[in-house]
Amino acid sequence: MEKEGSKEIYQNNSVKITVDKEWCKACGICLEFCPQKVLAADEGGKPYPVNLSACTRCGLCELRCPDFAITVEGVEGKKDV
Amino acid sequence: MKRDIEYYLRREAFPHIWCAGCGNGIVLGAILRAIDDLQWDKNEIAMISGIGCSSRITGYVDFCTMNTTHGRALPFATGIKMANPEMKVIVVMGDGDCSAIGGNHFIHAARRNIDLTAIIVNNMIYGMTGGQYSPLTPSGRFGTTAPYGNIDQSFDLVKLATAAGASYVARGTVYHIRPLISLIKKAFNKKGFSVVEIISDCPISYGKMNRMQSAPEMLKWIRDSAVSSKVWENLSEEEKKDKYVIGEFLDVEKPEYTELYAMVVERAQKLEVGK
Ligand SMILES: Cc1ncc(C[n+]2csc(CCOP(=O)(O)OP(=O)(O)O)c2C)c(N)n1
Ligand code: SF4
Ligand code: SF4
Ligand code: SF4
Repeated sequence: MEKEGSKEIYQNNSVKITVDKEWCKACGICLEFCPQKVLAADEGGKPYPVNLSACTRCGLCELRCPDFAITVEGVEGKKDV
Repeated sequence: MKRDIEYYLRREAFPHIWCAGCGNGIVLGAILRAIDDLQWDKNEIAMISGIGCSSRITGYVDFCTMNTTHGRALPFATGIKMANPEMKVIVVMGDGDCSAIGGNHFIHAARRNIDLTAIIVNNMIYGMTGGQYSPLTPSGRFGTTAPYGNIDQSFDLVKLATAAGASYVARGTVYHIRPLISLIKKAFNKKGFSVVEIISDCPISYGKMNRMQSAPEMLKWIRDSAVSSKVWENLSEEEKKDKYVIGEFLDVEKPEYTELYAMVVERAQKLEVGK
């Protein structure tokens, strides 16, 4: 995990998930509805990937996040979903 | 996946004021993704809202915006559109804003078929003022002003807008997020009065009164009570209870108000009045 201001970046060779810890309000929507159970809650209820390799980059967590706090990108050079 | 929708946000206003898990933020994201897909220039967009939690939306977007008075977003938007028909005018209202205090404006904007897109965030309650029931609270559900259950019938906005004369009418939900973006996109592209009612979650005012404690719980309820129009047709009245149909219900072509008005101007300028 890398940090960039309030953002935490998790990355492997096919996907990059960024969580803005300042914008996230720990609502739990992204965790609950991830079809692959990629995300878990930290002690404050905010998401971090526990199973990054299972992520299909479906983008549902990003689309349903009410706070613009989680984004999913394909790693550079690979086609984005 | 990641698109630069932050480009449309007033970033300095974030994190926004809405409660954790509030559907207003999901609706905002869907609107911005639709705009991004259409590649609209943000200077050509006017977003107008009334008063309510959902109406705070205009504070967060980098368009021409107006946060007006309760129930009156449509009259303001009508004025803007009449003065500048090239403007893409989006109106965001809560269910109370649109169907209670603003109910007459809603039917008459539809009757005139003026080219506005009306987005109604239907969280089935007055969110901002603490959970009073609205004309869209379903019968039998609870609000702070209906502690023993709501005895009113609720409006069906889809039928109301259709009967009043709109050109495009759809209903989506914050759970069914990709279809929602498509419906909003179609409404934006439509000339004439277009309506997208969005079933949304208010975990604080509606959820707490109706035994749903969290946003994920509310989204599951929204998911489980939404039915596609194909399935809906085959349900009995009993089965339709506590369910709502989602999809597209109307998409017709008819004369649009600002175009008709431009013709009036032309006639008047030729001094053909009364001939
Ligand atoms: C003329 C007037 N009457 C009443 C109010 C008080 N008021 C503010 S918001 C609101 C209702 C909000 O409910 P809704 O429109 O459904 O929006 P939500 O907050 O749920 O998004 C009311 C009654 C007001 N601001 N102005
Ligand atoms: S992109 Fe899809 S699979 Fe990956 S974390 Fe988000 S919801 Fe889960
Ligand atoms: S959906 Fe967004 S705000 Fe809610 S927990 Fe996930 S990242 Fe945080
Ligand atoms: S009261 Fe309800 S509608 Fe208002 S911000 Fe909170 S969750 Fe959203």
